[in-house]
Amino acid sequence: MSKNPDFKIPLDPERYELTAAPTYHFEVDRRDFFKFLGAGILIVCVLKSAHAAQESGTAKHSSDESIPEEIGAWLHIGENGTVTVYTGKVEVGQNIRTSLSQAVAEELHLPTGKVQIVMGDTQLTPFDMGTFGSRTTPTMNPQLRKAASAARDLLLGLAASRWQIDRTRLLATDGMITDPETKRSIEYGTLIRGQQLTQTISEQAPLIPASQWTVQGQSLPKVDGRDFVTGKHRYPSDQKLPDMLYGRILRPASFGAILASVDTREAEQIPGVTVVHDGNFVGVAAPSEEIASRAIATIRADWKAEPQPSNKELFEYLKKNAVEGKSSTGDGSRYETGAVDQALAAADHRLQQTYTVSYIAHAPLEPRAALAQWSGNNLTVWTGTQRPFGVRSELVQAFRIPEESVRILMPDTGSAYGGKHTGETAIEAARLAKAAGRPVKLVWTREEEFTWAYFRPAGVIEVTGGVRQDGTILAWEFHNYNSGAAGIRTYYEIENQRIEFHPTRSPLRQGSYRALAATANHFARESHMDEMAHLLNMDFRRKNLKNDRLRAVFEAAAKKFGWGRTKAVGQGFGMGGGFEKAGNIATFAEVAVDQKSREVKVVRVVTAFECGAIVNPDNLRNQIEGSNIMGLGGALFEAIEFENGHVLNGRFSSYRVPRFRDVPVLETVLLDRKDIPSAGAGECPMVGLAPAIGNAIFDATGVRLRSLPMVPNGLGQIAS
Amino acid sequence: MAKVTKLNVNGIARTIDADANINLLSVLREQLDLTGSKYGCGEGQCGACTILIDGNPRRSCITPVSAVGEKKITTIEGLARGDRLHPLQEAFLEEAAMQCAYCTSGMIMTAVSLLQANPNPSQADISHSMEGNICRCGTHPRIVAAIQKAARALKQSHT
Repeated sequence: MSKNPDFKIPLDPERYELTAAPTYHFEVDRRDFFKFLGAGILIVCVLKSAHAAQESGTAKHSSDESIPEEIGAWLHIGENGTVTVYTGKVEVGQNIRTSLSQAVAEELHLPTGKVQIVMGDTQLTPFDMGTFGSRTTPTMNPQLRKAASAARDLLLGLAASRWQIDRTRLLATDGMITDPETKRSIEYGTLIRGQQLTQTISEQAPLIPASQWTVQGQSLPKVDGRDFVTGKHRYPSDQKLPDMLYGRILRPASFGAILASVDTREAEQIPGVTVVHDGNFVGVAAPSEEIASRAIATIRADWKAEPQPSNKELFEYLKKNAVEGKSSTGDGSRYETGAVDQALAAADHRLQQTYTVSYIAHAPLEPRAALAQWSGNNLTVWTGTQRPFGVRSELVQAFRIPEESVRILMPDTGSAYGGKHTGETAIEAARLAKAAGRPVKLVWTREEEFTWAYFRPAGVIEVTGGVRQDGTILAWEFHNYNSGAAGIRTYYEIENQRIEFHPTRSPLRQGSYRALAATANHFARESHMDEMAHLLNMDFRRKNLKNDRLRAVFEAAAKKFGWGRTKAVGQGFGMGGGFEKAGNIATFAEVAVDQKSREVKVVRVVTAFECGAIVNPDNLRNQIEGSNIMGLGGALFEAIEFENGHVLNGRFSSYRVPRFRDVPVLETVLLDRKDIPSAGAGECPMVGLAPAIGNAIFDATGVRLRSLPMVPNGLGQIAS
Repeated sequence: MAKVTKLNVNGIARTIDADANINLLSVLREQLDLTGSKYGCGEGQCGACTILIDGNPRRSCITPVSAVGEKKITTIEGLARGDRLHPLQEAFLEEAAMQCAYCTSGMIMTAVSLLQANPNPSQADISHSMEGNICRCGTHPRIVAAIQKAARALKQSHT
């Protein structure tokens, strides 16, 4: 990345990644650690880089006896040889439990099965801002490798002094230290029996280079996979406690509605039901989900609401409600170089177009769920969240209790996609549990998940490009209203640029979503590139693309796709790609448009992806395939319909998500750059798909689609 | 209200105490602690709650518990024989046909009935039979591959 300074990863998370880190108070005495972990070796990772320190909150000074506060993770080896890693990152299906096990096993030279990972337990793991932004692989993976490498070093030292020999002749292999000369060996667990050793390591510790990896770089299957195919794994919504009650919440009649009056008398008469009315909050706890639902249904409430816009006037609303003067070059939402207006005036061709994207829902198959238990003033909550520490802060604020008395546990969860950053389910369950005096589990219904979570921001994007006759792009002006600044900068070489993100008022609650605004911004940019190419009748991408890594993925995908071959009637080919979250993507799509029904079918998608050194090739393929399939929904047919404070299609029967029949043939080319640090891959592979499909539809029909979703009802009504 | 007090689940007669109109999914999860069947939509649209009733796939979230009677219920927990996984469970692992795996139970149960009815399904047959099951992580091609693999394994075990 050093070649092109423009491709820095922004230090700021996307604005929609929500809220700053809470004040960080973690202080554990080293001796306490061994009390709860047992004897052995403890390795603590201290963060030095700005990135990692930011993810773990503000660094503070610490006394000698306490664990330093700016830690990212710790690793413990017990007397039985079990290695346990503690990280605030969480597992939502991206399979980092697996890839992080590989990281530890690689450096410690032991079987991956010997590595346990405790994730997202606020009592046992160091603070972590959250699992988002494709940050686990670039930040947590190297930290754990450094911790494991330091542990290996300690073990070698212990064996050398035990045997009174030079440590350089010793080897660490398969969970043992071996002396090849005398052929004696000793297991890690035996070696550390009775020890209480701590070591703090810094970010500078040396690591095994990717070219010599033996565990990383392999397709290790999902850790604990057997528990998932047998139904044994307990997701947040599967959690249970003795005496547990089931919660249900009375939802407002529309967004933002205020409770004017409520009659809960009938619900209170149902045996075993606790009713809570606290301000705008009305909920029940009951011995079963069915009774809870029945109790909620008996409650009569009047709500006061203001009129609200609908999706029909959404884009005018967003343009009209831009918050002027809010963007600046300092926060990455405004970028300007050269003299755009003059360059546009001097261009041989100018093209101005507007692109739009709708609100869409994450629709994680497991809805939000929380089980809350009070013990005096201490609160424990099991919940599915990408931000366990953020949820802890929300509970601290909601119940005015100290941070130390709240513990969040995050069982491996039924997906999130950026949709589980907030803690309302935990708060609701905890409020009910407090009133009932018993543990309460609350699992949102699908309708609640579609309505009361948050959405991927809708947006309006205006692009103007100016090109010289020879295909040189002279000027580029790009304005994004509301959808976000992620991926807003262009990777094409253009001398004169004005790029700006405009925050606006949003009619719906909006937040993070896999790949954030990069999907919208790539759609607008890559569609516009295609439009200009057709205007000039010249494929001029290559001419204006200097970045080697990006060129490499475009070339690899083009080769696999067979770019340039002749097409049949109704067939169309298109491409899109770019750079996001330190990964490089090129996506080529083939579509077929039925000549009679005008139905659009995405037939084949070829993706080439490069994110540095590959940690787990098969899981990487899985993520890329998944990005493409999930991306099909937002590209083709997903959109939240809403009117006057109501979601109109908040069910799977009315909100169409990709299904088996929608899935094209997927072909994936992985470029493994062992010389480049590994980047995350959960998001970037998404961003090339929508423009590739849009450009392919144009190729097939001559119809240019500039709104996502592109064909919610087929191409039928759109004239060719 | 009429009560249902007995269910035959995974070959075992179980005692329950449920109003007749309650959905089978709630009873399995709440009363029998069989949480392998998942809630995904409550309207039979996503397939996460799929179980077998006398070998036929049913959406337990919209099946009243009173509709089961003496029929045999099979859930994901009842598929393996002791430590030996069902060929579909094996195939899902081998093909890495999951990410978050929340849909996996329903996918496997739907596929069990598919392979019983059609031991040699084409890709189109599989796609058609699995249409009612949602995977949000996008592992569909792997699920199709896993079902094909399991079909081959089942055929071999029968010859």
